[in-house]
Amino acid sequence: MVGIHTVVRSSRRSAVTVAALGAATALLALTGCSTGGSSTANGSYGFPEAKQDTSSTITVWVDADRQAAAKAFEKANPDTKIKVVTYDGSANGSNSFRTKMQLFDRAGSGWPDVVFSTQNNDAAWASQKSGGKQSFAAVLDQGLVPKDKLGNFAQGALIPCTVGGHVFCLRNDLAQAVLWYNKSLMDQFGYVVPTTWEEYQALGEKVAKDHPGYIIGAAGDAWTPEVYMWASKCEANNVTGPKAVTVKTDSAECKRAASMLDTLRENGTVPVVSVFTPAFVKNYSGKILMMPGPAWYAGAIFNNPQSLNVPAGQLGVAAPLPWKGDDKAVTGNVGGGTWFISSHSKNLKAAEKLAQFVTTADDYQVALAPGYPAYAPAAKKWVSKQESSKYYATSLQPVVSAASQVWDKWGYGLFSQEAIWAKAMTPAITGGKSIVNLLPTWQQAIENQAKVVGYKVN
Amino acid sequence: MTLAPASDQLTADARGRRRSARGGGSAPGRTRIGYVFVALYTLLALAFGIAPALYAVVLAFTNTDGGFTGFDNFIKVVTDFRFWPAVLHVAAYLVIWLIALVIFVVALALLVHALRTRWLGTSLRFVYYLPGALAGASSVLLWLFVLDPTTSPVSGLLRLMGLDSFVQVIQPGNLPFIFAIIAFWTGAGGWIVIMYGALNNISTEIMEAARIDGANAFQSALRIQLPMLRKWIAYMGVMSLAAGTQLFVEPQLLSQASNAVVPNDYSLNQLAYQYAFQQNDFNGAAAISLILLVVALLLSWVFVTRGGLFEKE
Repeated sequence: MVGIHTVVRSSRRSAVTVAALGAATALLALTGCSTGGSSTANGSYGFPEAKQDTSSTITVWVDADRQAAAKAFEKANPDTKIKVVTYDGSANGSNSFRTKMQLFDRAGSGWPDVVFSTQNNDAAWASQKSGGKQSFAAVLDQGLVPKDKLGNFAQGALIPCTVGGHVFCLRNDLAQAVLWYNKSLMDQFGYVVPTTWEEYQALGEKVAKDHPGYIIGAAGDAWTPEVYMWASKCEANNVTGPKAVTVKTDSAECKRAASMLDTLRENGTVPVVSVFTPAFVKNYSGKILMMPGPAWYAGAIFNNPQSLNVPAGQLGVAAPLPWKGDDKAVTGNVGGGTWFISSHSKNLKAAEKLAQFVTTADDYQVALAPGYPAYAPAAKKWVSKQESSKYYATSLQPVVSAASQVWDKWGYGLFSQEAIWAKAMTPAITGGKSIVNLLPTWQQAIENQAKVVGYKVN
Repeated sequence: MTLAPASDQLTADARGRRRSARGGGSAPGRTRIGYVFVALYTLLALAFGIAPALYAVVLAFTNTDGGFTGFDNFIKVVTDFRFWPAVLHVAAYLVIWLIALVIFVVALALLVHALRTRWLGTSLRFVYYLPGALAGASSVLLWLFVLDPTTSPVSGLLRLMGLDSFVQVIQPGNLPFIFAIIAFWTGAGGWIVIMYGALNNISTEIMEAARIDGANAFQSALRIQLPMLRKWIAYMGVMSLAAGTQLFVEPQLLSQASNAVVPNDYSLNQLAYQYAFQQNDFNGAAAISLILLVVALLLSWVFVTRGGLFEKE
């Protein structure tokens, strides 16, 4: 910058330079404004459509894991031409999905037709107008996707996709948290699977004394609040409207979970280590008694040769735990991908066909998908397929019932609770601070982040 | 703006040079070919330097509809809760990095220059320069491994400092040092080579005279070489400052690698990026960029005047 400015000044051809710059800026402004001229007619699906061409190629954005879904679709529908683009799935707070779509909004062209996102809060922005342009996400429940298909998704599965009463995406998989445990180890040590969080904590204290080195959970990942706080009905993320959120981290519900984590972290049974680090695999392989976590932990860490690699016949699963005094257990949710159809698509028919295929067809959701399908009929078959593999030591029924136990007062806002926890809490907790004492910090961090993206905080 | 005195000096200097060039009796054809050579750079500078910068100025004072908003965008970003922490982060990083850069680069260059063994000096310069051959992002990727005690070749050293996990290594207090070390490692080699060249430019007669006067290596370094390097050091300061205020790649990659434990709004440039691409607020992003530009210009002015960068011999 410095160099450029000084060079311009030294040339002393100010009139010419200014004129040239003026022209350049004007040109830039013109090209910036003259976009988005494609004619749109009001469509039959509840939003203005681009001119349709049912033979055109559709572009599909998927993450590496979902390439299999696109391939399965190509195999089943050889007549539909698709172009697959692999991106990071917007994972780990990269937010690349939103970033790229906003740039396409500015350019006025270039949007992909179907996008897979590993996040479940994208409907919050994708359903809204962006800089005067129509929302990226096509509304799906006004004729684009058949009602009976939408109705078959598991109860609550489409909540992250629903904004203002309308559905803007299809859920790929559910990520309800359950209690995973190692049945062989539990039997060997003579432990009974706890049925409340209080029993869970008591067992942790016992393990610390009798079998130091063994663990009953982990709290080093950004979804720690989603596994423990959400399941404790901590009202840290109650999205009450498109731009309103209630945050109360000083409630008894938040404190009981925080204090439990403090106790168990102190005695080493719930270490503050991310389950996806080499250190975790190295230190805790074969030493995990229990692990509260999302449904996808089964494939991602337990039954994964690159991770914990728990042998067949050991892994059991129990229903989400209630707190004493609560009438029934609720649970949290950690992600669960979503599929969006672009409202700018020139081939909505093919785009819809693909989105429906990848979320509902047995060819993908039962045969290939690693996670628990959000589409109930597929989920049923998926569970029986998993059970027939003889990998699990118990029935998978708790996973099925937990799908509808996700507490509904934790919302899916524009800001990422995981990013907030990672930034405001993880370094402090790793540094040895108590989570109970950090609750006000957490509150402040959520409020700040929510306000920055335009939320009213109550 | 505040740069007026410096730029006046510069223009005077440039004019002087032009005059002297003419005095040298250059053929008329040579000036024309000069324009051709400069044209390409000028075009690129206009398209990718000046025009975007002016566009940023326009954006910073307008809203999304293009209406003039005065300083509203600036007030908005300065009152953002992430702004001042980012300023502090960048400032801490700059202080550590610039001081380390000036001290170590000059010291290492003097040391290499003082070496009598030719092959040793050459190979040392090569080794210093080597890390600079890795482009920005890839060198940060390399550091991701170095910083993780489970994969690090210096894990023993990390453990010695009480750092047993990646998250402990990237505690907020350590970050300015980490970024300064990464930046030094990638950037210092090039500067050492430049300083070495500058040292070679000091005439042997002066050095010889000093030796005859009884100055030892340390004294001649302090009293002759250092003062004669002043402009080069100032030049390094200006260039590094401009680059340093724009800290982005290192925290951005570390943020992704740590699943956002290193925040994605750590530095000012990252915050501008957040504004533009997460909040879709290009006006706010432009305001931050402009603030950065003004601050960098002010600080550069200090270096330029203090370092006598534009003084004539």
